[in-house]
Amino acid sequence: MRVSLTINGATRDVEAGAGDTLLEVLRREGVMGVKKGCGTGDCGACAVLLNGRAVNSCLVLIAKCAGAEILTVEGLARDGELHPLQTAFLEEGAVQCGYCTPGMMMSAIDLLTRNPDPTEEEIRTAISGNLCRCTGYEKQVLAIRKAAERMRGEGDE
Amino acid sequence: MSETKRPAFAVVGKNERKVDGVGLVTGHPKFVDDLSLPETLHVRILGSPHAHARIVGVDVSEAEALDGVACVLTHENTPATRHTTAGQGFPEPSPYDARMFDTTVRFVGDRVAAVAAETAEVAEAALKRIRVTYEELQPVLSIDEARADGAPVVHDEEDSTGIYDASKNIVADVDIDVGDVAAGFEESDVVVETTCETRYAQHTPIETHIVLAYLDSDERLVLRTSTQVPFHVRRIVAFTLGIPMHRIRVIKPRIGGGFGTKQEVLLEDIAGLVTLRTGRPALVHLSRAEEFIAARTRHPMRVRVKLGAMQDGRLHAIEMEALSNTGAYGAHGLTVLANTGSKTLPLYNKAANAHFYGQALYTNMPVPGAYRGYGATQGYFPLETAMDELAERLAIDPIGLRRKNHIRVGETSPIFAKLGEGREGVSQTVKSCELARCIDVGAERIGWAEKRGAKRVDGPWVHGVGMSIMMQGSGIPEIDMAAATVKMNEDGSFNLLIGATDLGTGSDTILGQMAAEVLGVPLAKIVVTSSDTDVTPFDVGAYASSTTYVSGTAVVRAAECVREQILAVAGPLLDAEPDDLRLEGSAVVGPDGQSVGLDRVCHRAMYESEQFQIAATASFVPTESPPPFIANFAEVAVDTETGRVKVLHYVVAADCGVAIHPKLAEGQLEGSIVNGIGYALTEEMLFSSKGRVRNPSLFDYKIPGALDVPKLDVILVDSYEPTGPMGAKSIGEIGINGPIPTLANAIYDAVGVRLRETPFTPERVLRAMRRS
Repeated sequence: MRVSLTINGATRDVEAGAGDTLLEVLRREGVMGVKKGCGTGDCGACAVLLNGRAVNSCLVLIAKCAGAEILTVEGLARDGELHPLQTAFLEEGAVQCGYCTPGMMMSAIDLLTRNPDPTEEEIRTAISGNLCRCTGYEKQVLAIRKAAERMRGEGDE
Repeated sequence: MSETKRPAFAVVGKNERKVDGVGLVTGHPKFVDDLSLPETLHVRILGSPHAHARIVGVDVSEAEALDGVACVLTHENTPATRHTTAGQGFPEPSPYDARMFDTTVRFVGDRVAAVAAETAEVAEAALKRIRVTYEELQPVLSIDEARADGAPVVHDEEDSTGIYDASKNIVADVDIDVGDVAAGFEESDVVVETTCETRYAQHTPIETHIVLAYLDSDERLVLRTSTQVPFHVRRIVAFTLGIPMHRIRVIKPRIGGGFGTKQEVLLEDIAGLVTLRTGRPALVHLSRAEEFIAARTRHPMRVRVKLGAMQDGRLHAIEMEALSNTGAYGAHGLTVLANTGSKTLPLYNKAANAHFYGQALYTNMPVPGAYRGYGATQGYFPLETAMDELAERLAIDPIGLRRKNHIRVGETSPIFAKLGEGREGVSQTVKSCELARCIDVGAERIGWAEKRGAKRVDGPWVHGVGMSIMMQGSGIPEIDMAAATVKMNEDGSFNLLIGATDLGTGSDTILGQMAAEVLGVPLAKIVVTSSDTDVTPFDVGAYASSTTYVSGTAVVRAAECVREQILAVAGPLLDAEPDDLRLEGSAVVGPDGQSVGLDRVCHRAMYESEQFQIAATASFVPTESPPPFIANFAEVAVDTETGRVKVLHYVVAADCGVAIHPKLAEGQLEGSIVNGIGYALTEEMLFSSKGRVRNPSLFDYKIPGALDVPKLDVILVDSYEPTGPMGAKSIGEIGINGPIPTLANAIYDAVGVRLRETPFTPERVLRAMRRS
């Protein structure tokens, strides 16, 4: 089957099997920021925004994505400028191995677009489906809070 | 207290941006699986359905006939060389008891065959067409079954070597004495004894094991692999496949976590052989379920600790006896066992009499290996539980008891010399130890004085606080070797080439910081290239808490050699003696403040006068292993109706010497503590009565998520290790030892029951409360 979808702003026609997942198609299309950690929706490494909401792309069949807008970590930086969330992750030391980072940032983007001033509990809930084994989540929570401040125009920059 | 000689640093001690950070937050293709090569074959592995069986026959004809299958590997067409999968220094202190594919399978999931095909689906379909005839054997499914008279022999083959007593399933046996422990207990006023058990637990890196093999334009085998030990991979694959080492190049790109499980050569032999046989790239990747079943785990152990003390609290005798389940193969069996004693007993060096005895035993269960903490985790559970029990018997505050007995600056322990990495150790004197301050700071932060023994009740919940202290090491003395090369470019930048292996720990960044510090440049001027056996000098890899201390010293030495070369070239330019010059602000600065830029210096060396490449390689083998120290404190609430344990607050105060990058050092502690909390409360691999893993998924094996983490305070106490690079010691492993004993002691403070078996599930807590 052929499916037309928009990936990070660019519309593409992709050839796919009916049983293919969005994760498989994205990676086949060279969108390598989307990671596979389990294939069963338990780890969140493959999270992307599907029409603005974070989903585990390993659980989404490509057949459901016709006409969809997909945003992945590759779509966050604009014109070589890092997104405030990316900058905050770097500054706070929230990145260790970086394998869970793209998925976790996409969950955070979903949160921040709906709730620009989240509490710590809301941040933790938003990333609770994104497993990280390197960190203790402390620095990601700080980074998301810092990014939220900057995106609201309240930050230190 | 250690004498603080910490100089003022320009780059070290600063929270620099990670050198690989931008690529990681933008999703740049940096990992093994992010490189796709045309014509890549996908490899799937057939695992044994039986815990213990003889392979009587394998018929692969139907599999080979399937369209799209390129190659099928079994014991019939692969090298039979016995080797160890443990990525350790040569000669490895692990038995050579593994074959690529064996005629006996020894755990459910043990390799039987592998298929390489055009797609993973075809490979999967082909696996189902392989007909294997098994003769089932009686399995050994626990330490006790392994030790029983007449137990089935897990390794009855003739050609394995390095096994202590294969006929009794004993992989390793360790027995060391200091003083006379029996007399020591006789002389003691008080003796306590406790036995604790830790269960099968898994590293669960979010990226599972993966390797891509391909031939380069000269037909050399390239292994792009998610490993902690690229140089050991090269050596072990060359040996296993029987090909010259110079025909192999190992590249470690960014990898998605390791924690010890990638200190193992698990898939590179298969990928390499498929590529050599077919000439095509081959990708081998474990599924999450396979990672649980067939990668590595922590060694489950039963450890008994006996302490004898005088009435004033001074320890007089310590005995530790450890029985370790090393599963179907003996990788790391001896050394993890030895570390259970060697990384714990020196902490309490006041005891004049000590005895450590241990055995590592084969079973027909999944294979444990290296896992952050490396045996110390299993030893500290009973040791720090027994210290709590002793404090209670003596009516001394648990903090006071530990203060009286822990090792200090200027002191040693005979254990350092007696017990090393599976052989005799290396004597050393502790030169930095801020443990006393760690205890003070941590106790204050948790509110120890008010909370200990207060048993605050809140409905069914009862609160308690507990603590523990521990040490680890920094590398393996007189064994580990690391090398670094620094090479100057004419824009005043430097290439830093290191064999050291960054698993996400940030070692590329902190090693770059050390080089930048010596060379007087910002970190941006250091181009770090690591872990490529063709390009970078040797390093044992990332294990044994070695990178900061061992690789770091090699980097500092190489950078110092380069500094000397730079000063010699700059002398004539500044009309000064090299000894009067220093590097600062990307320039060479003279005694009168005159300066010349580094770019100018390198131009002179490259193009103008007495031309040469400013570059140096330096190596380092440590002669000691300075321990980092931590003090742990936790407040828990225990639900007396359900047995549920909630961790409300966890405090860890650490002495890691100078933290080269404080946020990364904190990150190491945060990650290891949270991993340890999972190990203490929820993580346990469950088995069927036939040895099959029942919960091989991240849904059924619960690791902590962001909502499961308590309030967590990480405190780095000021310290300076005189033998360390820039005053640094290790920080990567120690934290994971803390949560089990700390939470066990806090649960006791709350509800008066001792948990002696991990994890502390509601069921176990409730059962313990009912018993008491």
